[in-house]
Amino acid sequence: MPELADFLQYSFSGLTSGAIYALIALGFCVVNNTMGIVNFVQVDFVSLGGMLMFSALFALGLPMVPGVLLAVAGVALVAMLVERFGLRPARSENPLVLIFLTVGLSIILRGLIKLVWGKNRMALPPLTPDLPLEFFGASLLPQALWILFLTLIAIVLLLWFFYRTPLGLSMRAVASNSTAAAVVGIPAGRVRLTSYAIAGALGGLAGVLVTPITTLNYDVGVLLGLKGFAAAILGGFGSFPGAILGGVGLGLLESLSAGYLSSAYKDVVAFVVLLLVLFVRPKGLLGK
Amino acid sequence: MLRLEQLSKNFGGLPALSQVSFEVFPGQVTALIGPNGAGKSTLINCMTGVLQPSSGRVLFRGAAISSLAAHQIARCGIARTFQNLKLFPRLSVLDNVLTGLTCEAGSSMVMAMLRLPYLRHRERRLRLRALEALDRFGLGDKADWPAAVLAYGDKKRVELARATVGNPQLILLDEPVAGLNAAETAAVGEQLHLLRRAGHTLLLIEHDMDLVMKLADQVVVLDSGQKIASGTPAEVRRNPRVLEAYLGCMEATA
Repeated sequence: MPELADFLQYSFSGLTSGAIYALIALGFCVVNNTMGIVNFVQVDFVSLGGMLMFSALFALGLPMVPGVLLAVAGVALVAMLVERFGLRPARSENPLVLIFLTVGLSIILRGLIKLVWGKNRMALPPLTPDLPLEFFGASLLPQALWILFLTLIAIVLLLWFFYRTPLGLSMRAVASNSTAAAVVGIPAGRVRLTSYAIAGALGGLAGVLVTPITTLNYDVGVLLGLKGFAAAILGGFGSFPGAILGGVGLGLLESLSAGYLSSAYKDVVAFVVLLLVLFVRPKGLLGK
Repeated sequence: MLRLEQLSKNFGGLPALSQVSFEVFPGQVTALIGPNGAGKSTLINCMTGVLQPSSGRVLFRGAAISSLAAHQIARCGIARTFQNLKLFPRLSVLDNVLTGLTCEAGSSMVMAMLRLPYLRHRERRLRLRALEALDRFGLGDKADWPAAVLAYGDKKRVELARATVGNPQLILLDEPVAGLNAAETAAVGEQLHLLRRAGHTLLLIEHDMDLVMKLADQVVVLDSGQKIASGTPAEVRRNPRVLEAYLGCMEATA
């Protein structure tokens, strides 16, 4: 049955890119929920994740697992620095001011990445050797399975952190009512720093996972990040289940339309559907 | 315990508070009364860092707190409720009360990730205390409900539970029984009596004169942003300026 094999093939590749969009969308949501802004530096966290992974493997000679951990932790650290020294000195609560700061910081970070790693395209090896697995006639790359598996782990960890730890409770409290949060003694600064660390880790993980499939260069995160942003809006900006649904939905749409219509129009189809959904539900699929 | 010195607050050019001074004594209930618009909520907002006073100082146990941020003031041991409710609508009732224990929970990210056994033990104890506080206010069976779906009276009691669960040194209550029916008012009044008996220091803003007269050791009267009287409930009740500004019109309408 070639039709089934085709369908499975398109769905797998849609799920894979959807998982990456979901990770990036979750990063956008975490910062939005605690600070009420769109953090445009998120797109560069993705590029930086790939770059740090590249250096961990080839400059430091680390094996895969410590390499992934180092890259993700490194991006989280950079994200904290962005919040602490890029946004906080503005001492502003005005979302417009903060959003424009993130635009500027994104350009600066992209410039720094270009300065350190150069403008050339680089290749990152997959986490495990590329031996495709056959599944009902569709072939599955091990990297795709790693993407799905590690995305799932990241989502579980994220939910556990938000719903099972005191700091997670503080973060949900700030998202729900920031005045009340201050009055019960929740320090806004620490919550913002944590939300940036989490957004950085999610973006960095997305970068580590996706760049072996795409290629790696200093602005690889821009288009991916834009898709992640679209996914977050599709699902309802700020909603975690929405970000996951939006990411997977956008990934499937792209891949199915590329397979059955034309790959030239895959971005068009995805964004037209995004527009149609927003016409009908302006707050996104699961937005409140 | 808490001293206000010449506290003023202007909104634009409009004075909302001018030169208000008084003191809250430990173990006492101080009631702050005055007609609508007298500046009572503004005063409490200036004390808790929600607003910055234009001039004057707030001293808590001898230290100036008027320049601190709201979360730092909370960490000094001052808890409060709001006249127009500030709950976390998307959080469960239990989680709302648990936020009242933030200062004790610790919130380091690394510690949260490590899940040390003694931390887990402490979290369990905090949950138990939050549940006990909910039981005290008769909300034990609604612990898992989202706060947004509660009836108004229940929301007020969740806020009281959140403000009292951490055993703060000073509790500021902004109209805790406004909008409650007679039975609910009596229940909240009973809880406030218990808090006073347990030695808590309360600053109470309230329009319900029965409650104020029964509960307060000291009454401070504000009118148009100025302190016009203070003293025991009996003294204030006899003060002609107060009768004119406040009690008089209350009795006329009653």
